[in-house]
Amino acid sequence: MPALQQDLDGQDDIPVHVDLHAEFEESGVKDVLAELDRELIGLAPVKKRIRETAALLLVERARKRMGLAHETPTLHMSFTGNPGTGKTTVALRMADLLHHLGYIRKGHLVSVTRDDLVGQYIGHTAPKTKEILKKAMGGVLFIDEAYYLYRQENERDYGQEAIEILLQVMENQRDDLVVILAGYADRMDRFFASNPGFRSRIAHHIDFPDYTDQELLQIAGKMLEEQNYRLGAEAEAAMADYVSARRTQPHFANARSIRNALDRARLRQANRLFENARGPLDAETLSTISAEDIRASRVFAIAVRNEEEQAP
Amino acid sequence: MRITQGAFSFLPDLTDEQIRAQVQYCIDNGWAVSLEFTDDPHPRNTYWDMWGHPMFDNPDAAALMMELNECRKVYGDRYIRVVAFDASHGWESVKLSFLVNRPAEEPGYRLERQEASGRSIRYTTKPYAADRPAGNRYA
Repeated sequence: MPALQQDLDGQDDIPVHVDLHAEFEESGVKDVLAELDRELIGLAPVKKRIRETAALLLVERARKRMGLAHETPTLHMSFTGNPGTGKTTVALRMADLLHHLGYIRKGHLVSVTRDDLVGQYIGHTAPKTKEILKKAMGGVLFIDEAYYLYRQENERDYGQEAIEILLQVMENQRDDLVVILAGYADRMDRFFASNPGFRSRIAHHIDFPDYTDQELLQIAGKMLEEQNYRLGAEAEAAMADYVSARRTQPHFANARSIRNALDRARLRQANRLFENARGPLDAETLSTISAEDIRASRVFAIAVRNEEEQAP
Repeated sequence: MRITQGAFSFLPDLTDEQIRAQVQYCIDNGWAVSLEFTDDPHPRNTYWDMWGHPMFDNPDAAALMMELNECRKVYGDRYIRVVAFDASHGWESVKLSFLVNRPAEEPGYRLERQEASGRSIRYTTKPYAADRPAGNRYA
């Protein structure tokens, strides 16, 4: 590569060597990835993809410094997965990561849905979409349930207008913002099929798997810990039963269902303490969720009924 | 005649890169930036037309640059300025304003003398551009 060597020698400020590991630590990417590992339970394939993306961006950045030919990589992403699998949380981390790598200038996340982009009458959509895009510039625009933007049954739906503006900005201002689309896998597939422009402008498709029962239990433990609660001795087993029972029932939303279940358990605990308390309570009692708080859930009643229906 | 209004107007015209840096400085100070345009360059003309709304919650200058490019497409033949408004209590006024676009030809001003009572003379300036109707002064 004589020509290349000449180019490199020609300018003094271009480094000849690059230490990727030093870059990895200095840029803060290491910390972001470590935080991701620590704070998010499960999601192994997602973490792997993010690690790969980080590596690619790091190398890309090093190439840029060395003056090698490069083009700003397309960073728009799509996150697909069932509800409550951590898409928004990961998007937040992604914004952090891209900020540390210098691909976006501010690192904030603007989270929107169809309502924020699409107007109610003619001429309302374009300014509304542009307003959001302007707010997201320098950061990440996270569009939750993106498939609602496109309504197949109504060809005069204003969503189409929002899509056109989005596509234009995604293409022309790749340096200014990164768009992340999120939603359920099957509906996103249909959305991409009817909007090929989107598919081709999105480089990274990341699929979020459902959590296993074990992972959901860990998540429950973590959520309670953050709120200074803990599960009593038998409550752990009750929670495990709850998770496996809840999974088979409709509207199961992974970690979100767990959070709601815990909120209700706290409610029952408070009620129980209030009704039964004799004399002063200590901190231990106030922060322990017992098995009966969880067993009282409607989920168990439904599970029993389902079994009875299947039995005869 | 190059008109000199607002900050930086005795300097060569700012490049887009420089405009972006100035705008980012304004935003980082918490000022709301907006664009205004006019084709009446008289220095006492304080009522310029607004291009969109002031941007109170955009953290990055790219948003204003996008609007500026849009504005230039439509009113590239007029004066466009960036206005940075400080909404904090006690200020509530413009902290910085500078031109970011000017017409290719700037004909300048005519000095008019009006003979008043006695031998006194009243002076006034009028932009040559204002002789033509608003809207096609720099066409």
